[in-house]
Amino acid sequence: MKPFDWKRLLIAAAVALPMAAPALADVTLTNVSYDPTRELYKEFNAAFAAKWKADTGETVTIQTSHGGSGKQARAVIDGLPADVVTLALESDIDAIAAKSGKIAADWRGRLPHNSSPYTSTIVFLVRKGNPKGITDWGDLVKDGVEVVTPNPKTSGGARWNYLAAWAWAYGEYGGDEAKIKEYIGTLFKHVPVLDTGARGSTTTFAQRQIGDVLLAWENEAFLAQDEFGADQFDIVVPPQSILAEPPVAVVDGNVDAAGTRKVAEAYLNYLYSAEGQTLAAKHYYRPAEPDLVTDKTLLGKIPQLKLVSIDDPIFGGWKKAQPYHFGDGGVFDQIYKPAQ
Amino acid sequence: MVQPSVIPGFRLALGFTLVYLAAIVLLPLAALVWNASGLGFGAIAALALEERTFAALKVSFLTSFAAAVFNVPFGVLVAWVLTRYSFPGRRLLDAAIDLPFALPTAVAGIALTALYAPNGWLGQYAQAIGLKIAFTPLGIFVALVFVGLPFVVRTVQPVLAEVDRECEEAAATLGAGRFRTLRAVILPTLTPAILTGFALAFARSVGEYGSVIFIAGNIPYVSEIAPLLIVIKLEEFDYAGATAVATIMLAISFAMLLAINLIQAWSRRRFGRV
Repeated sequence: MKPFDWKRLLIAAAVALPMAAPALADVTLTNVSYDPTRELYKEFNAAFAAKWKADTGETVTIQTSHGGSGKQARAVIDGLPADVVTLALESDIDAIAAKSGKIAADWRGRLPHNSSPYTSTIVFLVRKGNPKGITDWGDLVKDGVEVVTPNPKTSGGARWNYLAAWAWAYGEYGGDEAKIKEYIGTLFKHVPVLDTGARGSTTTFAQRQIGDVLLAWENEAFLAQDEFGADQFDIVVPPQSILAEPPVAVVDGNVDAAGTRKVAEAYLNYLYSAEGQTLAAKHYYRPAEPDLVTDKTLLGKIPQLKLVSIDDPIFGGWKKAQPYHFGDGGVFDQIYKPAQ
Repeated sequence: MVQPSVIPGFRLALGFTLVYLAAIVLLPLAALVWNASGLGFGAIAALALEERTFAALKVSFLTSFAAAVFNVPFGVLVAWVLTRYSFPGRRLLDAAIDLPFALPTAVAGIALTALYAPNGWLGQYAQAIGLKIAFTPLGIFVALVFVGLPFVVRTVQPVLAEVDRECEEAAATLGAGRFRTLRAVILPTLTPAILTGFALAFARSVGEYGSVIFIAGNIPYVSEIAPLLIVIKLEEFDYAGATAVATIMLAISFAMLLAINLIQAWSRRRFGRV
């Protein structure tokens, strides 16, 4: 039995209202995305609309909805008529595929680079001058260091934070699982506030002045620096972090119903074009095809470091990592279990 | 026989009442219980007794109870000042009482967090005396006092305005002191209204999410509220688990409201009127 669909009603109303305005538009595309892509897609949508107009003469209007990655996935499962989804986690798109059947199960192989046109990583944002001397993951559990990260149970970005820390500990302790878990447990004891989303954590760190280090998406760290001024924070890039691959997919069930498959596929493919890759780099994402980026100075700003993939045997892919680390009763839940 | 009301058509009115209540209140709640019932009673009971759920329910209900208790004396005081005295700006103050109703809860939460965070206007002074407010259960309490206040004030206010001043005068002529007048004449009359206000403030607080989530800190077993647990279950795409937690909350709230109603009925018999 499906839950009562009040959410679909609200979302349909929210999407339908602005859609009613540009009545002259030939085609409307809905992109359901996660929080920190707001700035990227604002610019990308305008670029794609211009390109589509030039190529086909059709006017395309793109609605982009932003929110927590898991929340957005649930909205699509519950019936939000998204044409494409551009989310933070592979497991969120897998959930749409499994629960609604609206995305083909093999979606990850349909576009280049595991359907991730851009990648990102997790870096440290510290107070100006790095007073606590934080340079690597081991420094996060030093006495007196407070770490700010959102809750991995409610935030996609926070899962990457956790996995990046895990990957470091795996190398540090030679794969000794008990020691890795102990490190992760200690790390979260250094977290005074678990916000529900990445933007909430950025606010807690930047505006409430809580904590010594914020574990953040690389692009969020740069944005925070742009927003609050480079005199406030330093970005520390650890020697090793995680390769975060935020994936994109066409929602087959919805585009076939709406007759928008052609434009939806063109939209996602355009992310892989020179223009799409350049925009990704401009918004501090790591382009999947750096050779295509037209403004090479953008590439120079991307720090080089060792990146561990979710498909590495340490994790064994999202299908294994998600339930093991973040599922009900998984490793993350065990961290907080009070001692018996 | 006196007509019960000026609106004609009892059957039509009752029919509308039933359909309206069913569509707006009962159906969604039934759907909730129906969803959770897929798990079976045993699984729901096990979930309720699970440490994490139990801890979150405890945080939610205890902070809500404390906030509602706190709001009773201070809410009555506010109602008293607003009804009994006339001073410049009274209407403005009176209107401000409703702000917690009108303000989006997330806005309230962010504002309260900014105020009570260790570097906030008020938080820095609390911090100086070693008191942490934001990101602790105390922060949840502050947010819930905020959202619950209007319920007490608004239920007590009209009753207080109606209180027969002659009784107070009579009490005074018969030699009762101020405290005795308050205790024997005024408070009994106000008791049912106070209980209603308490129940409403309490019920509202238990389900509160938006204003609490920013100030709570959300640490499992410490400052994690039950509604957050529901959101977490949803993030795991565990719809049945989420509705089960909601059903447990609903059951506890219903039992508490029922108990308060019984006390209220008793106090009405005991003290009469209102």
